[in-house]
Amino acid sequence: MTATTATAGLNRPGTWLRRRTGGLAPSGWAAVAVLAIVVLISFVGPYLIHTDPNAVDLSSAYYAPSAAHPFGQDASGRDILARLIFGGRTALIGPFLVVAASTVVGTVLALAAVWFGGWFDAVVVRVIDAIFAFPGLLLAILATALFGAGLPAAIVALSISYIPYIARVVRSAALRERSLPYVAALRVQGVRGSMISLRHILPNVASLIVANATLAFGFALIDLAALSFIGLGVQPPTADWGAMVGQGMAGILQQQPAESIYASVLIVITVGAANLLGDRLTERSEARA
Amino acid sequence: MSVHAAPPAALGAGSPRHNNKRLAVNVLKLVAARLAGLLGTLFVASIVIFGALYLAPGSPLTFLTHGRSMSPEAIAQLEQQYHLDEPVPLQYLRWLGGVLHGDFGTSILFHESVGSLLGSHGPITLVLVVLSAILVIAFGLAVGVFAGLRPGVASSSIMAAATAVMAVPAFVAAVVLTLVFAVVLGWFPVFGTGNGGLDTVYHLILPAIALSLASVAFVGRLAQAAIRQEMKADHVQTAISRGLPYRFVIRRHVLRNAAMPVLTVAGLTIAGLIAGSVVVEQVFQLNGLGSLLVTSVQQKDFPVVQGICLVYVAAFIVLNTLIDLAYSVLDPRVPASGRKQ
Repeated sequence: MTATTATAGLNRPGTWLRRRTGGLAPSGWAAVAVLAIVVLISFVGPYLIHTDPNAVDLSSAYYAPSAAHPFGQDASGRDILARLIFGGRTALIGPFLVVAASTVVGTVLALAAVWFGGWFDAVVVRVIDAIFAFPGLLLAILATALFGAGLPAAIVALSISYIPYIARVVRSAALRERSLPYVAALRVQGVRGSMISLRHILPNVASLIVANATLAFGFALIDLAALSFIGLGVQPPTADWGAMVGQGMAGILQQQPAESIYASVLIVITVGAANLLGDRLTERSEARA
Repeated sequence: MSVHAAPPAALGAGSPRHNNKRLAVNVLKLVAARLAGLLGTLFVASIVIFGALYLAPGSPLTFLTHGRSMSPEAIAQLEQQYHLDEPVPLQYLRWLGGVLHGDFGTSILFHESVGSLLGSHGPITLVLVVLSAILVIAFGLAVGVFAGLRPGVASSSIMAAATAVMAVPAFVAAVVLTLVFAVVLGWFPVFGTGNGGLDTVYHLILPAIALSLASVAFVGRLAQAAIRQEMKADHVQTAISRGLPYRFVIRRHVLRNAAMPVLTVAGLTIAGLIAGSVVVEQVFQLNGLGSLLVTSVQQKDFPVVQGICLVYVAAFIVLNTLIDLAYSVLDPRVPASGRKQ
């Protein structure tokens, strides 16, 4: 490889060994690897295994691991490994939708508020503060009280309550960008506000948005899993990590913790990797700024 | 709420020396602005919680009765309670007026006033959150101060562990703690709230640890980072090189300066425990507001859901405002415009 200058190869994975201030730390890449494995198992796994995650066999409740059931069986004799793999899909799609929706809405709101300023900015800030007054989990519980238990209502409610986290960060970063000379130069050239916001300001705050969206993914996963855990999220018999921890509680009291523990470990590993990656991405975007 | 008053008060010794009139006026203005913000946010929150009734599919009455076969008298009572025959804005004002007088309506499931349900379930939740808050402050600060002042292998391992613990949701912590300390070792009860007094506190130890664990790690990491940063600051290096006693420098220049941001974020974290308590109460079958909320959602007992949501949101908002105020009032730089640093 040619001698890397300070500006070259910031995003190229190949240069990570020779990283400098702008690069992602090795622990960040480790987190990416862990997340990739979890995603791969959850989304490809269901096509590779041929065990039905919902096949009940009451005669083999709490059976220890065997060749046919490598992780053992739960209280209803269902295969724990199959449920973990299928449950990963449910556990990951929810937070992904929450983060995607809240990031898009939060970013657009913040960019518009910064560009138009004045009363529009004031209104956006007030709305963000008002949403912030509701803890996410509480808003999700309220939504399930209105529309019935299940993921859709919870995902919409959490998407709304996660908007402030993204919008606040984007707004303050965009405010800083707006005062820079290049924005004034573009305005003088007659470039439209929406164009400047989307083509010039957005790319400059993008690394910060990605970092915060990654952190939000971990929190959303915890909130949705907690909701499924208390029985208001994913409904049985659908497999889900949070719901599995909850259903495994009965086994805990009988010293049969396998179902709860495996699902817990997967939640902690996924959230931990998301947090670690989010921290490293934040450091990287701060180092660049 | 009293939880927060204690730690910032200890900082009072460093409060504004320039106690002139202008400063006092500024502080008053700030308090007034924050209180106005508090009332505004509470107002919006109450509209959302009331309006939820109209967001629900179907008419408010069918949503409230939810397919239950109810006597005409009970339905008439519901209609009267929500004033469903009147225009919606008036319904809201009547509902709000009732709430301000402590009248949250009547539970459809328990045939009991929501106010008395809140009164009987509230104390357990309050004790749980206060216990957890004490754990967060005590252990979070202890861990952070140790790791901040004594860099080394022990400190780095503690910080690595804290990073890992932050990824552990309260319900996972609750499940693991129950398995290890209640089921296998038998040191603590598996669930329930005991017979009051110290027995209740004993029953609440595991739940409080489960609820506070991630926050302890978070506050610990924060305190460590703040102290490290202060240690590197010029004024601290100057004080050390001038030969001032190490303990004095630490107490006077490092801990005091590091305390402000840490206590603010710790306060916000503690406010966040309110929502987390719902899940922990469910695991340990504690008869608090959280368990009541989940039961009420499952049984479609909407007046109770509204009442509990209002209490949680109000507590959350009031706590946030208090922390904000404490921070602004205690940090002499914030109101005094003429004096920087």
